[in-house]
Amino acid sequence: MAVTVKTFASASEAAGVLSSDRSARYLGGGTLVMRALNEGDVSISSVVRAQDQALTRIDASGPRVTLGAGITFARVLAERDLGFLHAPARSIGGPAVRNMGTIGGNLFAPNPYGDFTVALLALDATVAVAGGFGARDIPIEEFLQARERQAGTLVLSVSCTRPVSTEAFRYRKIARIKPKGGSVITLAAHLPISGGRIAGARIALGSMAPTQIRARAAERALEGRSLDAATIAAAASAATEGTSPSDNALGSAWYRREIVGVHLRRLLSGQE
Amino acid sequence: MSKIPLQFRHNGRDVAIFVDGGTNLLVALRELIGDMTPKFGCGQGGCGTCSVLIDGELHLSCLTLAETVAGRSIETLDGMKQGPNLHPLQRAFADNFAAQCGYCTPGVLMAAKALLDRNPSPSRDEVVEAISGNICRCTGYEPIINAILAAAGGRVSA
Repeated sequence: MAVTVKTFASASEAAGVLSSDRSARYLGGGTLVMRALNEGDVSISSVVRAQDQALTRIDASGPRVTLGAGITFARVLAERDLGFLHAPARSIGGPAVRNMGTIGGNLFAPNPYGDFTVALLALDATVAVAGGFGARDIPIEEFLQARERQAGTLVLSVSCTRPVSTEAFRYRKIARIKPKGGSVITLAAHLPISGGRIAGARIALGSMAPTQIRARAAERALEGRSLDAATIAAAASAATEGTSPSDNALGSAWYRREIVGVHLRRLLSGQE
Repeated sequence: MSKIPLQFRHNGRDVAIFVDGGTNLLVALRELIGDMTPKFGCGQGGCGTCSVLIDGELHLSCLTLAETVAGRSIETLDGMKQGPNLHPLQRAFADNFAAQCGYCTPGVLMAAKALLDRNPSPSRDEVVEAISGNICRCTGYEPIINAILAAAGGRVSA
């Protein structure tokens, strides 16, 4: 079925149309919306685009980094200042997908995709959205919990913490096919150290629940402690708490529960 | 619904067509221009056999909205040969028996061209990475990798 394509110069105009038309979808890189159209999704009657330069702007000068929603993974990889996000960006698709897929779209990607969002969740991201209510910032966790209801809003940008050191941020995607493949599970950890102890630990998991989630029990096991073997073991044994993975072609829910602690231990121990 | 006029460069030649809203570039190339070299594989961005170059950058034509290529330059396998001669990549694929059933070959060749245009002397790992979005159903990756390295003038070794 043919759809109507509406292209706007400004993101706010596009957001206005999205908020007033439930059958409209925003087209970023195309890896989700075009796929839906190819599959014959008749719930989409119009496609909305915006050629607003603000959507492809990067501000990496301060302690928090702001990335326009239209930034592609290839662009992230081309930015030296975003080195801490290179591993998550490189873990997504092949070169063509990385040339097309955007960080804004990744927020909406269902399992086994959405790996970049796992990294953003560990880095305390906020999501700037525009809709019928105007523009506002939403903590990424809140955004993900209400993801199904976000269809009428347009993501403008994502801001996240810049890790103070390379050691402080760790990322691991477990896939059966390398170098490219859907995620069995994805893990990201942000472990700021203050006075030799972890202060503000954030552990994020992908493919362990309907959306990306934080492993709060593992975070509690790490908080205020030094990253020694006992602490790592406690965090690893708490990794499944609060998770609700599902079965898919890449792995069963049972398998995901079995391996998440193993991979969290390896991630925290710095093992390959 | 009315048709949308669309103009772009296709393998160095200006083309003008009318498309329906929501048409993807793969359909536009195959059904409206008659360039059958990009293949339909999965329609989901998972197999890479529809890969083309848009302004020199590797893209999946099945996930590209045709209207978004207005005024841009598209390269497909159909435009790869150089006059009567095969492109060095095509020659290397033939010499190294890098095509089995051949279905993935157009997409792999475009991915390889995107790599060599950017990096004329890639390592083996870089070649593997460059074609990681292209699925060979015959699992014939080794000859493909060797052919790309041969075209690049690199040594064929692990």
